[in-house]
Amino acid sequence: MKLTLKIWRQDNAKTKGKMIDYPIDGIEGDMSFLEMLDVLNEELVAKGEEPVEFDHDCREGICGSCSLQINGEPHGPDRLITTCQLHMRSFKDGDTITIEPFRAKAFPVVKDLIVDRGSFDRIQQAGGYVSVNTSGNTVDANAIPVNKQNADDSFAAATCIGCGACVAACKNASAMLFTSAKVSQYALLPQGQIEATERVQAMVRQMDEEGFGNCSNTGACEIECPKGISLENIARMNREYMSATSKG
Amino acid sequence: MSILDSKIPEGPLADKWTKHKNEIDLVNPANKRNIDVIVIGTGLAGGSAAATLAELGYNVKTFCYQDSPRRAHSIAAQGGINAAKNYQGDGDSNYRLFYDTVKGGDYRSREANVYRLAEVSGNIIDQCVAQGVPFAREYGGLLDNRSFGGVLVSRTFYAKGQTGQQLLLGAYSAMNRQINRGKIQSYNRHEMMDLVLVDGKARGIIARDMVTGEIQRHSAHAVVLASGGYGNVFFLSTNAMGSNVMAAWRAHRRGAYFANPCYTQIHPTCIPVSGDHQSKLTLMSESLRNDGRIWVPKKKEDVIAIREGKKKPTDLSEDERDYYLERRYPAFGNLVPRDVASRAAKERCDAGYGVNKTGEAVYLDFASAIERYGKEKAFTSGHKNPTEAEITKLGKEVIEAKYGNLFQMYQKIVDQNPYETPMMIYPAVHYTMGGLWVDYNLQTTIPGCYAAGEANFSDHGANRLGASALMQGLADGYFVLPYTIGDYLSKDIRTGKISTDSPEFEAAEKDVTDRINRLMNASGKHSVDHYHKLLGKIMWNKCGMARNAKDLEDALEEIKALREDFWANVKVTGKSGDKNAELEKAGRVADFLELGELFAKDALHRNESCGGHFREEYQTEEGEALRDDENFKYVAAWEYTGNPRDAKLHKEELKFNNIELKTRSYK
Repeated sequence: MKLTLKIWRQDNAKTKGKMIDYPIDGIEGDMSFLEMLDVLNEELVAKGEEPVEFDHDCREGICGSCSLQINGEPHGPDRLITTCQLHMRSFKDGDTITIEPFRAKAFPVVKDLIVDRGSFDRIQQAGGYVSVNTSGNTVDANAIPVNKQNADDSFAAATCIGCGACVAACKNASAMLFTSAKVSQYALLPQGQIEATERVQAMVRQMDEEGFGNCSNTGACEIECPKGISLENIARMNREYMSATSKG
Repeated sequence: MSILDSKIPEGPLADKWTKHKNEIDLVNPANKRNIDVIVIGTGLAGGSAAATLAELGYNVKTFCYQDSPRRAHSIAAQGGINAAKNYQGDGDSNYRLFYDTVKGGDYRSREANVYRLAEVSGNIIDQCVAQGVPFAREYGGLLDNRSFGGVLVSRTFYAKGQTGQQLLLGAYSAMNRQINRGKIQSYNRHEMMDLVLVDGKARGIIARDMVTGEIQRHSAHAVVLASGGYGNVFFLSTNAMGSNVMAAWRAHRRGAYFANPCYTQIHPTCIPVSGDHQSKLTLMSESLRNDGRIWVPKKKEDVIAIREGKKKPTDLSEDERDYYLERRYPAFGNLVPRDVASRAAKERCDAGYGVNKTGEAVYLDFASAIERYGKEKAFTSGHKNPTEAEITKLGKEVIEAKYGNLFQMYQKIVDQNPYETPMMIYPAVHYTMGGLWVDYNLQTTIPGCYAAGEANFSDHGANRLGASALMQGLADGYFVLPYTIGDYLSKDIRTGKISTDSPEFEAAEKDVTDRINRLMNASGKHSVDHYHKLLGKIMWNKCGMARNAKDLEDALEEIKALREDFWANVKVTGKSGDKNAELEKAGRVADFLELGELFAKDALHRNESCGGHFREEYQTEEGEALRDDENFKYVAAWEYTGNPRDAKLHKEELKFNNIELKTRSYK
């Protein structure tokens, strides 16, 4: 198929960016979206132009590197997949596709379609862990049974890949879904209980400091999340936060 | 050859590690505060090592090329992690895990290392659970297990098809705790460009900030390379796009021996190649072989009808199908080790029974499992006379609960529903057993330079069993390296801060900038990918699943010629002082072009078949691998001498005192 790509080009964080049109031909439905960009880049390199920079690594939907706002949607039109899992069969011959970086104050553009998601790391560093030494001398793994439903829900929250689609989907650029997924993973397990009060407060504090917006419950984050992280996590985090702050 | 001292402690196998830990020197907590350690790579091995070293009190700097340590490729490991917990009461023990791993590796690994791995495997599970890793559980609240290839017990712990993700996020959380304490400085989007040696010891690295292009000097008392494997030398592999050999190869060029480079794992269950623009291959977890049955049609005319779209796989009756693994290996069936399963798929496809357009695919079928689980589920929920439709529905639900994300991944890529029609799979390059040679302490032949995880060669011999990479990465990082490195660092407590102003750092930095300038200023005829793809073709066709002397000799010449062409004519756009993905790729491909040649040389010199290394000249009448223990029961450790093909061979003889060497049989 033949497509027109409108792509955001920006040299670095200090310069202004703009949309540039790139016609492209010979795209097959079995190609992934990123392989389509590989084709474009190969053509640009052949012409001596600078290829379009974008984050990507595992190309199987698990590392969370790839991003891209495609026709206004994080990870494009399909649900429950990342951009690297999006295939060109989702588009038609003659389509125009707009490709932009994830937009958020807390995700400054590094170059072209690459943004800096270091703010996510800093939220995790603030408290996204259990303070247990890595000595291996803990109790036997089966010493504390965990209710299966809680374990499954904890796992579901823990499958967040930290891509930032939730933030890009949100009109307020809120990071509530991301932060609440981590808070929930631990809140649902006995191992996470000891530090629950401090954890939720520290992570929310950091989230606010990074300049993410507030949650106004539109639910766009859940719809666009490639891993289907549930809004219930936000409700759970709010409960945890209320209970933590009321404890003082 | 004296330098290859594996430093295996004396004493009975089961006591070696404890005895060693008791005898090695320690660094007192006050002195640890004055010692710096650099860790390259933040996957399971690097992330866990960094966290533990920082926790012990060392000052740690981590480096990763990704934008966050959480994205290292360990994250993509799907199926599980082995541990000899014997929670299932099926007779598992440290010895059995040790035995299976040595046998699975086709008797080409070091006994003492593998035993240690088995010994600490249980601690890994305890540790991860304490960190809040949400493993799969049974209804009683205890941990669930499944079975993997090459073993007869259920010892694999898992978190659906995302075990690597959950374990890595556990290690990342342990790192975060130390970053928050100021004990780890994490350099993301930074790539190690060279290793710096001062007085023969590893004392730091030259790194490139991938955003600004700045070349930086970082010093330390020791450098840990946990930079993963080199499967991307094949261009198409299940590795991440950025996975590379640069850190390990730069260390090799500075004096670290590279061991068994030809031991590569071709994983049997990957999604087949669909076209020329393919950039990577996707694995379908080996755990699927617990429930999936592998087959091709018995008759050629059915094969042709399927390829032409005139027949569907579901049209074929049971006796029209050849479940070739069950036929050839009745004892292990679909759960034979990876090398055996891969070669068997290749054998059927080479014989003309491949089921997709290119003739390079076999079926992985879940119909029997859906029926079996459906019946069981109906029965246990009190439904004694279920209809076929009800059984299928219930069975699909069970399969979805076990492998849902894998089935979804398959459907998204191939556009077919694997609940309704069998998956198509084909082997692909997945893991590299070879890597930097290390002694029992995980130290390379450069003092102060350590290698952990897939980057070293140590534990898997010539073939790795499923669910043991995660085990090795975390064992090295959490429980081995942080202690063994102390023995080395205990001699460094009076050294003080290492200066980066020395002539050694100066010279290494100049080497790096010269190299970058050469890449930027070549004639500019062909893109980096052009060379990488050509290299991949040579590797896959001549150093792939089956190798022979003639092809390997050709490969040596072809890779050399390609490398020369690359340095003369590669085209790198943009500037070196900027974010520049083409330059990043060029540096990595340059190293693959050297490694590829050493790979071919190693494969050519090893006149036997073992594990993932299959030489056509050395096979039994039934087409099984034929080892030559008399002549090749050694680790081939190669010393760099200026040209990959002139690398000098050093042998570490492998001694088997606890296991009898046998022909590996899974029949």
